Amino acid sequence: MLNVLAMIGRGTLNTLGAIGAMFIFTLQSLLACLRPPFFVGLTALQFVRIGYFSLPVVGLTAFFTGAVLALQIYIGGSRFNAESIVPTIVVLGITRELAPVIGGLMVAGRVAAAIAAEVGTMRVTEQIDALKTLSTNPFNYLVVPRLIASVIALPLLVLIGDIIGIMGGYTVSTQSLGFNATTYIKKTWDFMETQDVTSGLWKAAVFGFIIALQGCYFGYSSRGGAQGVGAATTNAVVSASILILAANYIMTSFLFKT
Amino acid sequence: MSTPKLALEGLCKSFGDKVVLDGVDLSIAPGESLVVIGGSGSGKSVMLKCILGLMIADQGKVLIDGQDVTRLGGRAREKLMRRFGMLFQGGALFDSLPVWENVAFGLIRSRKMKRAYAREVAVETLAKVGLGADVASLSPSELSGGMQKRVSLARSIATKPEIMFFDEPTTGLDPIMADVINELIISSVKDLGATALSITHDMASARKIADRVAMLYKGRIVWCGPVEDIDKSGNPLVEQFIHGRADGPIKMELKRA
Repeated sequence: MLNVLAMIGRGTLNTLGAIGAMFIFTLQSLLACLRPPFFVGLTALQFVRIGYFSLPVVGLTAFFTGAVLALQIYIGGSRFNAESIVPTIVVLGITRELAPVIGGLMVAGRVAAAIAAEVGTMRVTEQIDALKTLSTNPFNYLVVPRLIASVIALPLLVLIGDIIGIMGGYTVSTQSLGFNATTYIKKTWDFMETQDVTSGLWKAAVFGFIIALQGCYFGYSSRGGAQGVGAATTNAVVSASILILAANYIMTSFLFKT
Repeated sequence: MSTPKLALEGLCKSFGDKVVLDGVDLSIAPGESLVVIGGSGSGKSVMLKCILGLMIADQGKVLIDGQDVTRLGGRAREKLMRRFGMLFQGGALFDSLPVWENVAFGLIRSRKMKRAYAREVAVETLAKVGLGADVASLSPSELSGGMQKRVSLARSIATKPEIMFFDEPTTGLDPIMADVINELIISSVKDLGATALSITHDMASARKIADRVAMLYKGRIVWCGPVEDIDKSGNPLVEQFIHGRADGPIKMELKRA
């Protein structure tokens, strides 16, 4: 009986400790964002890596998501003679929810893993210690460029995802579901509001922050060689994904109610 | 007696229940080369990390030129680091940067040198460690172990530090390359007029590069003296270590058969 209690106790303390460590890391990163030096070149490089190279993933994801959404809404809508609702639901679904969240999850899988692997390998080969001995704050050099690049890149990616997603719905609707092209586009615009798109972009910025932070945190604190880096990579992706979904709910329920 | 360049007073560090440093006292005079020897797990790397500030000691003091720097952090620590040069055990070269940018890293970062000029200084420094200018544009992963160590050495001397630290400089190298590194360490330190602290368990290297030797055992310095006296130390721990005997007062943790 005591063993079970000890296990629960240990588990709770470990979890709280992990949350605390991540919180401290987040604070240190935010402070480093405000203090010079600022590595503009490194930030630009990370922007290309995170943003530009994620375009194919986000584009394909958005296209297929938009296409399948159009199909499903058509099927559902036809049960009560509301097939014409497809363009509206596609645009609302994509811009408010699916492009940021599914796009965010795909980019998390790609980018959080890559960041954790790179930073983790630097940690276990003592490169981060070497940075410190060369008078360079690892937070300024490694974490801040990735954070800033990610926060700027994700909204841009999601914006492109919005367009491609709507195009996916449009393609399926006009090619297979018998919608008239002009009518479809008009119906897309009719009920769309600016807030639909901007709320998705705010979500994207927050998701970008989460992705880069998780990648950096797990990479920075990895220990123990190849296995440690492998574990860090997995944990970064899982953690980023769960936090994205949680943040998505919190943001939607508190911020974007109108 | 002048102020020691680097002094440790009663340094203690534990990880949970495990006591790694148990009151380490050391002092190194300016321009002197001290080698700390000891078995694996005796706390040598932890001691080095506490001096550099990569870890904070639980108790005790680290004094540089008489000034207490044990708990220095942030900007003050960054300023202090500029006086140090460190050669890591695995080299710790930045694999995303070419060799010259690795060597010039400290120059660009803390001396605020212009990149083009820093590149020239880097190539000169590479020449000092016996590497040609053609190596400068390679990536660290394209180099052999010996070359990586030499580039790492070039990186640590490029900023002309006052105190040099060497973490197992010859580990993993063949005997000839190990001696090349020993020679380079001696000449670089002499060139810079720097104070040097090395940790190693390579006795040949220790004998060559040291002015004085200290032995770390179970978190304490058990012997310290000039390198010439190491064979007549009279200390059974030192005797067992330098002659490499499995039997003796130092019992490595082996599971009983």
